[in-house]
Amino acid sequence: MTLSSRGRAVWDFHRQEQTRDTHALDVKMAAARGVKKLYGIGLHAIRQNASLKATTFLQQRAFRVNGALRQQPFDSSAEKPQFPGASAEFIDHLEFIQPNVISGIPVYRVMDRQGQIINPSEDPKLSKEMVLNFYQKMTLLNTMDRILYESQRQGRISFYMTNYGEEGTHIGSAAALEPTDLVFGQYREAGVLMYRGFPLDLFMAQCYANADDLGKGRQMPVHYGCKDLNFVTISSPLATQLPQAAGAAYAVKRENSNRVVVCYFGEGAASEGDAHAGFNFSATLECPLIFFCRNNGYAISTPTNEQYRGDGIAARGPGYGLMSIRVDGNDVFAVYNATKEARRRAVAENQPFLIEAMTYRIGHHSTSDDSSAYRSVDEVNYWDKQDHPISRLRHYMTARDWWGEDEEKAWRKQSRKLVMEAFERAERRLKPNPELLFTDVYDEMIPPIAKQRDAMWRHIQQYKEHYPLDLYEK
Amino acid sequence: MAATRLFLRASPVKCSLTGLTGGVHSSLGLTLLKLSPACTAKPQAQRRHAAHFTYHPEPAPSQYGPTQKMNLFQSVTSALDNTLAGDPTAVIFGEDVAFGGVFRCTVGLRDKYGKDRVFNTPLCEQGIVGFGIGAAAAGATAIAEIQFADYIYPAFDQIVNEAAKYRYRSGNMFDCGKLTIRSPWGCVGHGSIYHSQCPEAFFTHCPGIKIVVPRGPVQAKGLLLSCIADQNPCIFFEPKILYRAAVEQVPTEAYQIPLSQAEVLQEGSDLTLVAWGTQVHVLKEVAAMAQEKLGVSCELIDLRTILPWDTETVCKSVVKTGRLLISHEAPVTGGFAAEISSTVQVRVRWEIKAFYFHRGWSTYGSL
Repeated sequence: MTLSSRGRAVWDFHRQEQTRDTHALDVKMAAARGVKKLYGIGLHAIRQNASLKATTFLQQRAFRVNGALRQQPFDSSAEKPQFPGASAEFIDHLEFIQPNVISGIPVYRVMDRQGQIINPSEDPKLSKEMVLNFYQKMTLLNTMDRILYESQRQGRISFYMTNYGEEGTHIGSAAALEPTDLVFGQYREAGVLMYRGFPLDLFMAQCYANADDLGKGRQMPVHYGCKDLNFVTISSPLATQLPQAAGAAYAVKRENSNRVVVCYFGEGAASEGDAHAGFNFSATLECPLIFFCRNNGYAISTPTNEQYRGDGIAARGPGYGLMSIRVDGNDVFAVYNATKEARRRAVAENQPFLIEAMTYRIGHHSTSDDSSAYRSVDEVNYWDKQDHPISRLRHYMTARDWWGEDEEKAWRKQSRKLVMEAFERAERRLKPNPELLFTDVYDEMIPPIAKQRDAMWRHIQQYKEHYPLDLYEK
Repeated sequence: MAATRLFLRASPVKCSLTGLTGGVHSSLGLTLLKLSPACTAKPQAQRRHAAHFTYHPEPAPSQYGPTQKMNLFQSVTSALDNTLAGDPTAVIFGEDVAFGGVFRCTVGLRDKYGKDRVFNTPLCEQGIVGFGIGAAAAGATAIAEIQFADYIYPAFDQIVNEAAKYRYRSGNMFDCGKLTIRSPWGCVGHGSIYHSQCPEAFFTHCPGIKIVVPRGPVQAKGLLLSCIADQNPCIFFEPKILYRAAVEQVPTEAYQIPLSQAEVLQEGSDLTLVAWGTQVHVLKEVAAMAQEKLGVSCELIDLRTILPWDTETVCKSVVKTGRLLISHEAPVTGGFAAEISSTVQVRVRWEIKAFYFHRGWSTYGSL
């Protein structure tokens, strides 16, 4: 049910405003009639089922008013509503639309829980090399998580957040993007960065806040960023990245560079006002943007039934005019397919897409959390043992004889070795020069900050026996 | 919210009418005015539109090329026009900017530069600033308008936690230096609580941003262009009472007035007066009265940039005069005068003979 009557034309600024609007108006009027017809069918279905039925991609892009033009001249003799705010029919009996949370938007998947392809036409048929890379990146991430979580427990780093259970969402989506696409993350997307080639040494450097950290040791662990890999530095406040992603996508659109912006966030962050702002702005300003929601069941200790009462995040999309889909986040191919198609259309049609990837947070929220306080071990075990993105992909690979016990053993040994070597290097590295406390507040250091920096150095020189200067780069 | 933003015009009667919208319903409004017993016109016409100061235009600058008569909002339009002409990445956005803005600051720009460059956003300040940060981070010169400074607070998190810290927290890999936020600011006579605020003090506590307040059209254009060119996120507060009241000969070409430089408007020997925005004009009159009635010679300084502020100029002046008076519209507690006074006290300790703050009371804007 694709009704993208705006056409696949790339945004064109050079056409005369008058002719474009007139042409667009004609196209839209045709589309409106089409939309009305299908929407009428939809409305009929609603009345019959008293529930909001959904198809795979929900499109409720109704008539859009272009600039100062109205949809049609006002005609009070017609029985159609003339309100500028919505395009709809009249209804003569009182009926509330019931939110459907029992059988809401369906979950798109390609593999079953045992890694078998369900519908062969949906199999992306990726090469062995690519699939092996998916598997190795997911397991390398898992290994790095285990070692860094442990290192926090041993007091070597201050804090850590694992990605257990969500590796599929990272790798599947990252693989569907171009390296030039700009990524805004929340904090549980390390796999995206890893897929793009961020080295283990730099992951460690950020967690250890040592002198190699690209962020100059200024943030807590897992607040990664990398300009070369087009991954915007993570910040702790949640959902602030959503309207920023919309702005970046708008700038990218104006550049005509065939890039998309991807914005990751969790189902908890989707409750923030900034999420509403991001959705609304991206739709009204027609931004080439993919909103990727990792719905992992918990926001620290808050389960989803305390986070929202509607049908998850995907159901909010149509309310904003967003193309929306819900996918099985533990199925790396489903994530890949959805992201790939969303990317293609976002760039071609300059419109935002919302992907809600359902998954489960197997680990604790962070090293400051003990999730046994609010959920059962049985629940966690189910997801770890019976529906894990890594094992599902492994079943897919073993079924094709692409992977076996020997390869698994060898890779486990090798990946652990890689991580341990990076870890040991990071342990030995010096911390950044204290001068870096004072730079980059502004583009150039302003006099008051320079004075404070000088005062700091005088203080340290005077009381050097109280400061472990040997640990810091000169 | 939309209702409270429309002003009632040309009514000689003093009444509280915040529930009515202006514009289309003004005739209805006037009728209701006449019918309401509380609103009888007094024999002596109340000078409802008299400002609390007189604006004296400054002489036209000669070093920036040909000039044209402009009021403050027109000087802002001129700055934006120069920017859009010279920088293809520049975009202007906010509530109602497309038709020209509620204060006419963006009139004509959409027609001249296109819908993709001058556009309305949904009514959401946190979205406007967030969007601006992202656009700036992606390389566009982003000029965001917050319709009234009173409504900047939903964007506080984006400004303080995000914009200000973008460069620092990313190790200088990312920044939103190309972001400028413009917002009408300060008392206007009838703005009341929510159309009169001066929130600069909330933001001065935040390293990483710059805050600028001009006193007139020539200053506004040059300072705004400096903010736009500056590679740090800037907030530019425009005194709304001066939008029409301040008229000067303003250069038509682009020019910049440096940030973080206060200006000594008049030299004196007995007392240093510091202010910014509208209050500069009030203090000009104060200085004149002090000279005439008390024989006191005042040195008047316009701070211009509130953050980072020009400590050198102010301290140098206080060393000379020994007395400092700071005046701002914003409430006294935690107002920026407290910061200036504490810095000056530390730096100029032995030269000070007297301090006085004359600042806003800890209540809200007047009717």
